[in-house]
Amino acid sequence: MSKMFKKFEFFLFLVIVALIVFFAFSTENFFTLENLLDLLISYSFLGIMAAGMLVVLISGGIDLSFTAIATVAQYIMAIVIINYSGNLFSAFLVAGIIGIVLGGTNALLIYYLKAPAMIITIATLNLFYGFTIFITRGRWIYNFPDWFNQSHNVFSFTAADGTYYGIPLPVILLVLVFILTYIILKYTILGRKIFAMGGNIEAARRAGFNILGLTIFVYSYIGFLSGIGSVGQVLILHSVQPNAIVGRELEVIAATVLGGASLAGGAGSVLGTAMGVALLAIVWNGLIIMGVSSYWHKLIIGLIIICSVGINAYNRKRNALGGN
Amino acid sequence: MNEEILTMHNISKNYGGVHALRSVDFSIKKGEVHCLVGENGSGKSTLIKIISGVVQPEKGAEIIINHKKENYLTPIKSIQKGIQVIYQDLSVFPNLTIGENIFMNYYAKGSIRWVDWKNIKNVARETIKKVKVNLDFNETVGSLSIADRQLVAICRAIATNAQLIIMDEPTSSLARHEIDALFSVIQQLRNAGITVLFVSHKLDEVMEISERVTVLRDGSKVGLFKRTEIDDKKLSYLMTGKEFVQEKLSEKVENRKALLEVKNLSKKNEYEDINFKLHQGEILGIVGMIGSGRTELAFSLFGMNPPNHGQILLEGKQVHFKSNESAIEAGIGYVPEDRIDQGLIMEQTIKNNATVTIFEKLLNHLKMIDKKKQQSTAQHWINTLSIRTSNIENPVKTLSGGNQQKIVLSKWLATNPKILILDSPTVGVDIAAKNSLYQIMRELSQRNIGIILISDEVPEILYNCHYILLMRKGRIVETFQPEEVTEKELNDKIIGDGQDE
Repeated sequence: MSKMFKKFEFFLFLVIVALIVFFAFSTENFFTLENLLDLLISYSFLGIMAAGMLVVLISGGIDLSFTAIATVAQYIMAIVIINYSGNLFSAFLVAGIIGIVLGGTNALLIYYLKAPAMIITIATLNLFYGFTIFITRGRWIYNFPDWFNQSHNVFSFTAADGTYYGIPLPVILLVLVFILTYIILKYTILGRKIFAMGGNIEAARRAGFNILGLTIFVYSYIGFLSGIGSVGQVLILHSVQPNAIVGRELEVIAATVLGGASLAGGAGSVLGTAMGVALLAIVWNGLIIMGVSSYWHKLIIGLIIICSVGINAYNRKRNALGGN
Repeated sequence: MNEEILTMHNISKNYGGVHALRSVDFSIKKGEVHCLVGENGSGKSTLIKIISGVVQPEKGAEIIINHKKENYLTPIKSIQKGIQVIYQDLSVFPNLTIGENIFMNYYAKGSIRWVDWKNIKNVARETIKKVKVNLDFNETVGSLSIADRQLVAICRAIATNAQLIIMDEPTSSLARHEIDALFSVIQQLRNAGITVLFVSHKLDEVMEISERVTVLRDGSKVGLFKRTEIDDKKLSYLMTGKEFVQEKLSEKVENRKALLEVKNLSKKNEYEDINFKLHQGEILGIVGMIGSGRTELAFSLFGMNPPNHGQILLEGKQVHFKSNESAIEAGIGYVPEDRIDQGLIMEQTIKNNATVTIFEKLLNHLKMIDKKKQQSTAQHWINTLSIRTSNIENPVKTLSGGNQQKIVLSKWLATNPKILILDSPTVGVDIAAKNSLYQIMRELSQRNIGIILISDEVPEILYNCHYILLMRKGRIVETFQPEEVTEKELNDKIIGDGQDE
């Protein structure tokens, strides 16, 4: 994008390196292949949703309902898989379609009711989630078929000491989602229109952009990613739980904003978002390994977000002043 | 050269029972700079909206673009016909680069799906070259000045081979030297064979740039004139139907009591060694380019920008304002340049805006705002300043620019000030409202209020001040009485050697 973002991303990168060095020297177990891989697996779901959030934030919108969408997608996918069998592909297909439909619903409500996206998606968060809990009575689902519960690894290998390593499917999914999102944002007209819409929606309308179409894409995209991401999560946990995802909306938004996306729209990058997620994951994991009381975790995360947003705002201001 | 690019016959438009346009005939010749002038509410915007396909005219209208009759014009169709509108708020994308902004209309076409960044750069480079302006296509638009953003908007319009560019009030937020730069760009466009429709209510600009002028008043066409046939006075009469007599103020005020005295006032990097006196009932004009330190000086007098050195004496006593609160208490009012951001709370009612400075005086014994008192105070000022509104409970944004400015004025008059500082009070206000603001200023001066008027508009300063200070690069470089200079001389002095900026 511009020099300013590159500068900010470079800063993020330095912070991440510093944190890794810090945790590597102050704990024994942080800087091990096993821990880092674990970290990657357990945060892949958050990362996938953050990519969707990035696109929504760039368009100038916001979505708080995507965790509910993910939960709905998980339940319906689980019911379909358990009752009608199928394969991994059909699991992703079902969850993806559910995500697109619910995300599209958000988009239509936002566009036609002309209400703030935040209000609409708080409403649909409750609607989607409440409905799911009502239908399923909040039951946990465990009884997946064996082919589903076996580990789905790509590029697996056994190390010299006999430990088995492999790159699990959710991680591959994360990488693919980041690449896809990067290409959409940087190299498609669609992506550039989303940036333009987030920068000045009135100007985008006057330029003849199809605002309804763009809105539908943006919210369906985060819905789609939440859907397929949620399948990845079930593959790791082997269960569907009503409250595993809902409640983590702010974490995802925080990671995205940490990565340089602006709540005002029009700004953000995939690289930044990836680093935002990584930063959050590393701090969280490092603190646990260090044995820091969990009371401190949220406080420290909060401080990091404030510092990051502050530095970003400062950079932007300096940039604006220097421009004249 | 007599070919017409656009011809319109019998254009009418009704909104409810209001006739925004009444069977107007309008035509533009290929390659000319044509001005469309009229007061606010004269139908200019409606006519532009019809040309750009945003609004449909009533039955019986005929629109011919390049000899082809258009039955139903939509925004997309209008763009395809080579018509581009540059709106007053510019419609640029601040988060994107100049290059991408210029390329934006290709995105809208929908025939491409993938971004070719090299192509974007090429198109941007070519376009910038065509207009002969100095822009770096890698820069983010958000960091540009308003004037440069306008150039970006113009580049964007011509990037897709626009034939007719409509500029809606393009100079409303530009400084004089930026206006000159814009005019030279318009000349470039003209040389490149592009037709320009320049919409404005600023007479001097119209006289400077146009070849032909169409005048609208109350939705009807008053006439089509060659520039050589008219002058400022005639144009002003055609637009308003009224004649305004401008007379310089000639009373001498030096012997009156001094309200405000400024001695050796300096602020680092802003202004230096400022000395002047403001007498009772005096209107003191401060002119100078943006960046001459005039606004910073005004802020200092209003307690919002403490000076480093020097003294401010109020009725002979030295004051040190810590904030604008103490300045207001001492009897100073300040009408800011930007009434929308700094002067008014747009969503709030007219009543609340008009009384916001005196809420404390309106409290009853329960420390609540006395509704009746507030109502009568607001009504009093609305009557005094003859502000046209149907209901003072309406949000202030429903008022026209001139009436909004009067509300800002009224909220300061309600504080019963001794001194009023007016920073560019008539920007974006039409002629009739302007003259009524001038009238109000003269009345205030009769009531012994001292006024400091900061303005870019030479006639405004020349015909409404007792005394004029010229600032350049933070210093007062010259002072004069209005009868000592002509409009042209004053204009030249203001620009002075400031053009290198």
